[in-house]
Amino acid sequence: MSSIFAKFSGTASALGGLIESGGRNPFGVVIEKVVSSTVGVIENRETLLFGTNNYLGLSQSQNAVKAAQDAAAKYGVGTTGSRIANGTQSLHRQLEVQIASHFNRRDAMVFSTGYQANLGIISALAGKEDYLLLDADSHASIYDGSRLSTAQVIRFRHNDPDDLHKRLKRLEGTPGAKLVVVEGIYSMTGNIAPVAEFAAVKRETDSYLLVDEAHSFGVIGENGLGVAEAAGVEKDVDFIAGTFSKSLGTVGGYCVSDHPEMDLIRVNCRPYMFTASLPPEVIAATMTALDEMKAHPELRTQLMDNAKRLHGGLHRIGLNASKQVSPVVAVTLETLGQAITMWNRLLEEGVYVNLSLPPATPDNRPLLRCSVMATHTPAQIDKALEVFASVARECSVLS
Amino acid sequence: MSETVDSVSALIIQKLLDNPKVPRDINGDCKIMEDLAFDSLAVMNFVMEIEDTLDVSVPLDKLADVRTVDDLAKCIVDLQNKG
Ligand SMILES: Cc1ncc(COP(=O)(O)O)c(C=O)c1O
Repeated sequence: MSSIFAKFSGTASALGGLIESGGRNPFGVVIEKVVSSTVGVIENRETLLFGTNNYLGLSQSQNAVKAAQDAAAKYGVGTTGSRIANGTQSLHRQLEVQIASHFNRRDAMVFSTGYQANLGIISALAGKEDYLLLDADSHASIYDGSRLSTAQVIRFRHNDPDDLHKRLKRLEGTPGAKLVVVEGIYSMTGNIAPVAEFAAVKRETDSYLLVDEAHSFGVIGENGLGVAEAAGVEKDVDFIAGTFSKSLGTVGGYCVSDHPEMDLIRVNCRPYMFTASLPPEVIAATMTALDEMKAHPELRTQLMDNAKRLHGGLHRIGLNASKQVSPVVAVTLETLGQAITMWNRLLEEGVYVNLSLPPATPDNRPLLRCSVMATHTPAQIDKALEVFASVARECSVLS
Repeated sequence: MSETVDSVSALIIQKLLDNPKVPRDINGDCKIMEDLAFDSLAVMNFVMEIEDTLDVSVPLDKLADVRTVDDLAKCIVDLQNKG
């Protein structure tokens, strides 16, 4: 009998190598206790959290916790059904109305995760005759959405509106709608999309534009609506997708749009139709977190100040850190060995970051990916920088 | 279009040889992932270069059926003839 697991032999040896060289499984880190938004206990040590995407610290919002408790007491802990069956309660519609109005859009669809929002909206929109144009560095959820769709999928070079333009021009005259998909802030590198330029290409070529603001919602733009707002091109963006699991600190995904056909998408969208809806306590916590985000714009200022501090600090130490300032700050390393040793030593010294390995990273190099929070104190950031510097010297990444 | 499977295949091989890690004795029958040790991302990035040279876009679903250098050449020639 041939083993169904034979296909994992490459992964098995790679993972074995990772564990052997570093002493622990980098994909199996357990946060044993949450002390605050910025500190957790890992391996019995208090550890600074620099890899949680909890940009505004709202996962620990006491108001959101209270809202979740009240909602669970009132509605129970689950919906036991999908949005199109028994899984829509008044809370789901309230959240959709709140999200749509926050973005100043006609309608919103709420999904059970951000991953499913991309999977759902992309696969529902892009049909057999249509073309999907994806940034080459797109998140897995976007690639997976394109596979669930029946459309023809074309990649363009990362953050390169001219390359997109060239590829759309090649399609001139072919039937079918064209949907361009970009992210606001790229999750691995912190690169920010030049959306104004993408919007210009979209207008010229009569295509549709979807922006995944997963890492930029609550983070940039005057009202924290993301890169489209920051670039002043919201009207050119047909669909904004995003997640509650980062700046809002809960879980779930959404898509907002002014197109009146959203109710048709609801019944043509498998990842919306065939999975249970968000439980009441999550909806209630999300609505409260959104209110807090609105009431505290200073959180975004603190976040960007902290991002500058970490970004500037890593560059000053001499590490190859992200080019643009954003709350995602990645340090690129040349070899896998360096990345593994540094990641393990950082953790042992009380700093948790994400180890990101090819092919999930662009241009085949490993990354130590950090994410900053509004709730980090300057002293916590300086401590992390100190540990980064000493560990980098110890691992001969810096001399 | 004047391009033939042979001419496109030759161009692909020439581009592949620009990469010093690729074995020197490759031919049209070589399997891109297995023989040249390209992962799926490397294949997609390589195809992007070919697309620019030949001014053609190869949709990802078409790539799913491509195993050898000649498969890729044939796929590109088909796309050019269609367009
Ligand atoms: C760009 C991007 N889109 C979508 C998602 C999916 O969001 P979620 O984890 O909330 O499902 C993520 C993060 O995981 C992401 O980085």
